[in-house]
Amino acid sequence: MHLPDFNYYQPETLQEACEILGRYGAKAKVLAGGTDLLPKMKQDVLAPEALVSLKMVSGMSDIEKVPGRGVVIGAKTSPNDLVNSSVLHENFMSVSEAAHSMANNQVRNMGTIAGNIVNAIPSADLPPILIALSATVTLVGPVGSRTLVLEDFITGVSRTAIAPDEIMEEVVIPEQSTTGSAYFKFGLRHSGALAVVGVAAAVTMQGSLVRDVRIVLGAVAPTPMRAKKAEEILRGKNVTDDLIAEAGKSAAVECKPISDIRASEEYRRDMVRVFTKRALRKAIYLEQSES
Amino acid sequence: MQGVKDKNGVMRYVISLIVNGDYLTVTVKGNTLLVDLLRQQLNLTGTKRGCKLGNCGSCTVLLDGKAVSSCLVLAVEADGREITTIEGVAQSEKLDKLQESFIDNAAIQCGYCTSGMILSAKALLTKNPHPTETEVRTAIAGNLCRCTGYVNIVKAILAAAEA
Ligand SMILES: Cc1cc2nc3c(=O)[nH]c(=O)nc-3n(C[C@H](O)[C@H](O)[C@H](O)COP(=O)(O)OP(=O)(O)OC[C@H]3O[C@@H](n4cnc5c(N)ncnc54)[C@H](O)[C@@H]3O)c2cc1C
Repeated sequence: MHLPDFNYYQPETLQEACEILGRYGAKAKVLAGGTDLLPKMKQDVLAPEALVSLKMVSGMSDIEKVPGRGVVIGAKTSPNDLVNSSVLHENFMSVSEAAHSMANNQVRNMGTIAGNIVNAIPSADLPPILIALSATVTLVGPVGSRTLVLEDFITGVSRTAIAPDEIMEEVVIPEQSTTGSAYFKFGLRHSGALAVVGVAAAVTMQGSLVRDVRIVLGAVAPTPMRAKKAEEILRGKNVTDDLIAEAGKSAAVECKPISDIRASEEYRRDMVRVFTKRALRKAIYLEQSES
Repeated sequence: MQGVKDKNGVMRYVISLIVNGDYLTVTVKGNTLLVDLLRQQLNLTGTKRGCKLGNCGSCTVLLDGKAVSSCLVLAVEADGREITTIEGVAQSEKLDKLQESFIDNAAIQCGYCTSGMILSAKALLTKNPHPTETEVRTAIAGNLCRCTGYVNIVKAILAAAEA
């Protein structure tokens, strides 16, 4: 299992990095933690002519609460940075928990939030909870930057809206009334296993009234998907166990899972039903326990 | 970091790094992996190659104090950074308390996972000197022992934390 040859670049600014990427077009790849890219190159899935490392580009590694913007997460932040962030613990513990459910400790030290998003495999653990929290991503290109809603950024299996000469700079969880959120992952082992099913939920409760709710399903469609009918069942209603159960059933119908080596379609649907209920209960309980 | 073309036209990069306390300057190719720099160029064969895909943890080393899988790190990316391998855990002749504890608790069977296990445990104890059993198990979850000697490995790490 040999790593094929490539041209290696270590630019010091985003501008310089975008320029190099622009010269190669789709034949170059950004290198962050390499935990998705290098296994793919070793297994001949990808053979980029050039790797453009972000190592020497300063910044992009903080998690900060910025008034008026929300929680701003640098693209180079590792899953373990998310696990250990006090800003996330205070505001969105669910994101720390989702990061902790990823991979193993070594990979959580090496990987990055941007790599997890741009890699765009259906079972990735960070996108569902970030989409449930209405996160946006900022992309820097040769002629400035643009911000996209994460829900629209991931367009298919290993496909995103990023251009070959763009670099993700940050992920922002905007200020919001949501305080209750949760991510439940089912993998075949506790560690080092991809999600068979992942369900994220974020709610805005007013007493027992569900003012708003977002449910996002991972690993059961080509992209993380909103369970919009399940959301409708709950939105504007007083929450009951029956309504939560109904939402779970709806999510199981809405999702589009495949059968593969890790689980059958039927099994995934049933796990979506169960995990949608659990994620909702946890998100609602957290919210109510705070007020 | 400086790059030069060798006589066959292949780019070689001159990198400087600290390995087990020694300042080293070495020349590597762009696609040289940290595990191969350590094992083949620096003869530090205590770091093992296993799955080569980041699943097994046998190539675990500490990069600026954090456990990483050296099969997924380019050597060029380690430029300017500090690496600890299993060879750097003992203080000259004196074994680290983790190493002593692995011996005392019979936590070594075939030994292939041991280097990685000890480095993952070392990173944990440096950050968290008194971990719970769950914290120990989480820290070594990326280190597979196919002799399945986990019970004694966990015992050894907890005992080293007590000591
Ligand atoms: C053993 C193992 C277990 C794993 N388990 C899980 C798991 O349980 N859950 C999970 O979700 N993932 C898992 N992964 C996948 C991987 O670790 C994560 O997706 C990680 O977050 C990827 O980040 P990276 O920085 O290593 O990505 P890289 O490999 O560096 O990059 C991945 C892709 O993103 C692009 N990219 C990276 N950063 C940027 C940027 N700033 N701008 C533009 N493009 C960028 C790269 O060009 C590449 O196409 C696992 C991987 C391994 C090896």
